[in-house]
Amino acid sequence: MGEVMNFSLATPEIFLLFSTCAVLLLDVFLSDKCRTFGYMAALLAMIATAFLVVSSFGIERSFAFNGMYVLDNMSVILKVSVLLVVIATFVYARSYLIDRNIFKGEFYTLSMFATLGMLIMISANTLLVIYLGLELLSLSLYALVAFRRDDGRASEAGMKYFVLGAIASGMLLYGMSILYGLSGSLELKGVAAYVASQQIMHNMVLLFGLTFIIVGLGFKFGVAPFHMWVPDVYQGAPTPVTMFLGSAPKIAAFAMTMRLLVNGMEFGAAGWQQMLIPLAVLSMVIGNIAAIAQSNLKRMLAYSTISHMGFVLLGILSANEQGYSAAMFYAITYALTALGGFAVIILLSQSGIEAEELEDLRGLNERHPWYAFMMMLFLFSMAGIPPLVGFYAKLAVLQATVQAGFIWLAVLAVTMSVIGAYYYLRAVKLMYFDKPVESSTISMGFSFNTLLAGNGFLVVILGLFPGLLMALCVEAVKMSL
Amino acid sequence: MIPLSHFLIIGALLFSISAAGIFLNRKNMLIILMCIELMLLAVNINFIAFSHFTQNIQGQVFVFFILTVAAAEAAIGLAILVVLFRNRGTINVQELDQMKG
Repeated sequence: MGEVMNFSLATPEIFLLFSTCAVLLLDVFLSDKCRTFGYMAALLAMIATAFLVVSSFGIERSFAFNGMYVLDNMSVILKVSVLLVVIATFVYARSYLIDRNIFKGEFYTLSMFATLGMLIMISANTLLVIYLGLELLSLSLYALVAFRRDDGRASEAGMKYFVLGAIASGMLLYGMSILYGLSGSLELKGVAAYVASQQIMHNMVLLFGLTFIIVGLGFKFGVAPFHMWVPDVYQGAPTPVTMFLGSAPKIAAFAMTMRLLVNGMEFGAAGWQQMLIPLAVLSMVIGNIAAIAQSNLKRMLAYSTISHMGFVLLGILSANEQGYSAAMFYAITYALTALGGFAVIILLSQSGIEAEELEDLRGLNERHPWYAFMMMLFLFSMAGIPPLVGFYAKLAVLQATVQAGFIWLAVLAVTMSVIGAYYYLRAVKLMYFDKPVESSTISMGFSFNTLLAGNGFLVVILGLFPGLLMALCVEAVKMSL
Repeated sequence: MIPLSHFLIIGALLFSISAAGIFLNRKNMLIILMCIELMLLAVNINFIAFSHFTQNIQGQVFVFFILTVAAAEAAIGLAILVVLFRNRGTINVQELDQMKG
């Protein structure tokens, strides 16, 4: 390791960069009638990238670009999940975009650049690369949120997201500058060596820098009390963008936290543990209680995301192998579930209607029992009802929390999940026991239906047999520590 | 020779001014964009100072990247601002309240 460039390790990223540029160019020459070619090209590029990533699974932890880039099983698993989630987003988004006449190249190229940013973040091994990956992701997301130019709410959401995201980057950078000053190195290894040589609780400057890093991470994760942007952005952005925003970047945020806090500051765990506890508690409380008060479906899911991110933090702050792998499992499966939930919102918003109120779910069972059943699966999984995957993910996180000795946190998390179950069940009640207001039929294309069924199937099957994915997560975390 | 702490104090002051500017500002969106730039530049001072005093070149490289990203960020921010102004006819911070709850 060390002194070699090793371009070959970064083949997926390099390929994705070139193919994104190719899709961007191709789109310029396409007329509005044949936009589908651009869509197909984007999908193909993503699938090929996923294959390239998978082909490097199982090799031992290796470094490229003089140690700036790391490839291990954790990065492979997280990258594949990000790519699959984004591919699914593309397929789900298509009909919505065509309906609203925004089926343009922008959506795909910006999403691909954001995906590239996520892949870079996942493989980052220095503060600089983490920052660059994060900015590539964030800048693309700001533009994506506001990309429906004639929609006042979307541009308002874009502005809010931009301002808060930029503040978060600023905070993160300030923390990084202090870490750099103390350790004299931008590499996570150097930072780790410095932190290991210090008593973190007696080093005020290090704690000061760490605080800024945690604030930055908190903003990017969207955990309380840094969650102000989440509901507005989820509500204002076009639904496919909300779907994109609410799924894959959560996996990348988990990766960034792992790299910064665990790879970089594992011996400072005593410090960041105490800072993460209030964040996790507040997100679970605020997320679940504020969600009850929402009548807007997208806003409700936004608050639900906040509470779920609290759970991910709970796993990370356990600061043991079991906790990290549980958090990894949680982040991946949550992205999968959120994807399905937003897909149902997309399919309800047909022929010009924006279905985003809870009321729009009313009587879905009578209109289309299969879609109602799918939505019920996703909502139950988010609520953590067995045998769906959300239950096992919560269970694994709670086990790790108890093992780390935070029994009160586990009790609080369970209580909050019970409170949270109320608003998921309310949505299910609306679907199954109320009469429909809207009577128009819902129909979707073949690819959408297949994907939705597959998504629902995964939520069930991963809940029944979580062992395989969990074993992968445990293995990957062990390797990257 | 100016000691390191003076540079860090300047950096911290600039950072605080920009943070205060973002949170206290109730009027114009452009001022927020300016504060964001200031925030990144404050970080740059930190990096340069540390880089100089620890005789480590990496920090200066980081500054170049921050400057580049800040330019891209400003471009996107202003683009969103233009779109917002077209749709709303105002860039007053207090009038950005269509979504609540």
